[in-house]
Amino acid sequence: MYGKGLRALSIATVVALATSLTLVFFYAPLDADQGFVQKIFYLHVPLSIVALVGFMVGAVFAILHLRSGERRWDAWSYVSIHMSVIFGVAVLITGAIWAKASWGHWWVWDEPTLVSFLIVFLMYATYYPFRYAIEDPERQGRYASVFAIVAGAFVPLNFMAVRMAQSLVHPRVFGTANGGLPGSMMLTFLVSLGAIGLLWITLVKLELTAKSASGQLKRLRRALDAPAPGGGSRIAPEVS
Amino acid sequence: MHALLAGAPALPLGEAGKYVAGAYLVFMVLLVIYVAIMAAKLQRMERDLKDLAAIAEERKAEPEREGVGT
Amino acid sequence: MTPSRTAFAAILAKDLRGELRSLQSLPAMALFAVTAFVIFRFGLDRTSLSGSLASGVLWATLLFAALLGVNRLFVAEREEGGFDAIRLAPIDRSALFAAKATALLVYLLVLELVVVPVFAIFFLDSAAALPPLVLVLVLADLGLAATGTLISSMAVHSRARDLLGPLVLLPLVVPLMIAATSASEPLLVLGGPGYHRFGTWLAVLGLYDLVFLLVGYAVFDFLLED
Repeated sequence: MYGKGLRALSIATVVALATSLTLVFFYAPLDADQGFVQKIFYLHVPLSIVALVGFMVGAVFAILHLRSGERRWDAWSYVSIHMSVIFGVAVLITGAIWAKASWGHWWVWDEPTLVSFLIVFLMYATYYPFRYAIEDPERQGRYASVFAIVAGAFVPLNFMAVRMAQSLVHPRVFGTANGGLPGSMMLTFLVSLGAIGLLWITLVKLELTAKSASGQLKRLRRALDAPAPGGGSRIAPEVS
Repeated sequence: MHALLAGAPALPLGEAGKYVAGAYLVFMVLLVIYVAIMAAKLQRMERDLKDLAAIAEERKAEPEREGVGT
Repeated sequence: MTPSRTAFAAILAKDLRGELRSLQSLPAMALFAVTAFVIFRFGLDRTSLSGSLASGVLWATLLFAALLGVNRLFVAEREEGGFDAIRLAPIDRSALFAAKATALLVYLLVLELVVVPVFAIFFLDSAAALPPLVLVLVLADLGLAATGTLISSMAVHSRARDLLGPLVLLPLVVPLMIAATSASEPLLVLGGPGYHRFGTWLAVLGLYDLVFLLVGYAVFDFLLED
């Protein structure tokens, strides 16, 4: 049953998000260099970290799917990647807004993390046409798992290569993300990270619940020998 | 707090505020779009369930009308 | 020889013989690359290239030529039932991966044997960069062979197979391309090859190769199930 615990999870997410927003706007101090614009960092960076972890989680589910052959792992893998791609859209848009506010351009090639993320996003964006192009559902699930594993191996290699390609002269603009953050900023950042992480988990669970319900409906329909309405997703794996 | 914000360098607050608000707004909008899509799925499921319930009730009524045995 | 090694050798030999006899992919890839060089000459409005421009033109062209070869890699298997044969044989299915990847590697090396000298003649002042470039080419080709074989073996079972292979492969090889071009750029500067971070980038190439050869080997079994 995928719906169990969904309500508690949602409440926890709302509380976490509210706390995080409060901290961002009423507690965290102003950054000396970037001023108020730095507040975007509490949204953009957690979104990117959670999205990347989500892709890795999708790869892990894919491994489980290949090893056990159980279809539900494929669904978990698909939903994880799907949610991370959606979060990825948010990462790129908030990243562009931050770039415009900081540098005056909607895109900068100087920020290696943003560039790496764009490449990762482009990689996972091909997941959908890839699944769509394989007709046999069982093969589609297997191949999608292979894709998820290959892409999962690709992510760290990509970040490494892009980072190394940056001219050594350019300091990391989000360098404050790890080192040198004052305690209050770090706390705010961690709470935001936790909130976005909870949001991802809640939405994935929500999506799986919806898929499961839809699967049960199909089952009921089959048991009643009722005519199917036709259609149904070609790429989203079923959960039953 | 106003004194704190008033001391902000870089972009003047009015401008900076717009960008920050824009970023958080994009996030909210994406979230709401997702909820809307989920709501549409739920509506469709409700409709399907209603149809199936009707079919099941019909089936239940039939043997009672036609008597015992098929 | 163990059955797997026999199978590996047999598949590889069949592929190479087939290509030698029909000469389908290689001439096309070579012609494509040379024509691309001509387009670049006019598009960039330059008659000589050095440094990052040379590196970019060379690697972009090699990559797109490689895509032509990748697309055709499993077509024979698909059409003649080669996949079924492998599935029935009592061998380690990864032998197919190894054989195909080696075949693709050979095609890429032969392609470069022809195309890189042409590139040097068209655009470079001296051939001094070529010997160290060979190292970069071999390592990059290994990575292209591993990923190309992996993706192509899946794309061949899909509907839009000519489209799907390049679509998925291109983002996947971005780190490889970053490393290859970054290693090549200092080699191609005017006034003699430089070796700025050469060893580091070779290491990155090697790491990429290792990761995807291992992943391909581990995962290939699952691709052949039916």
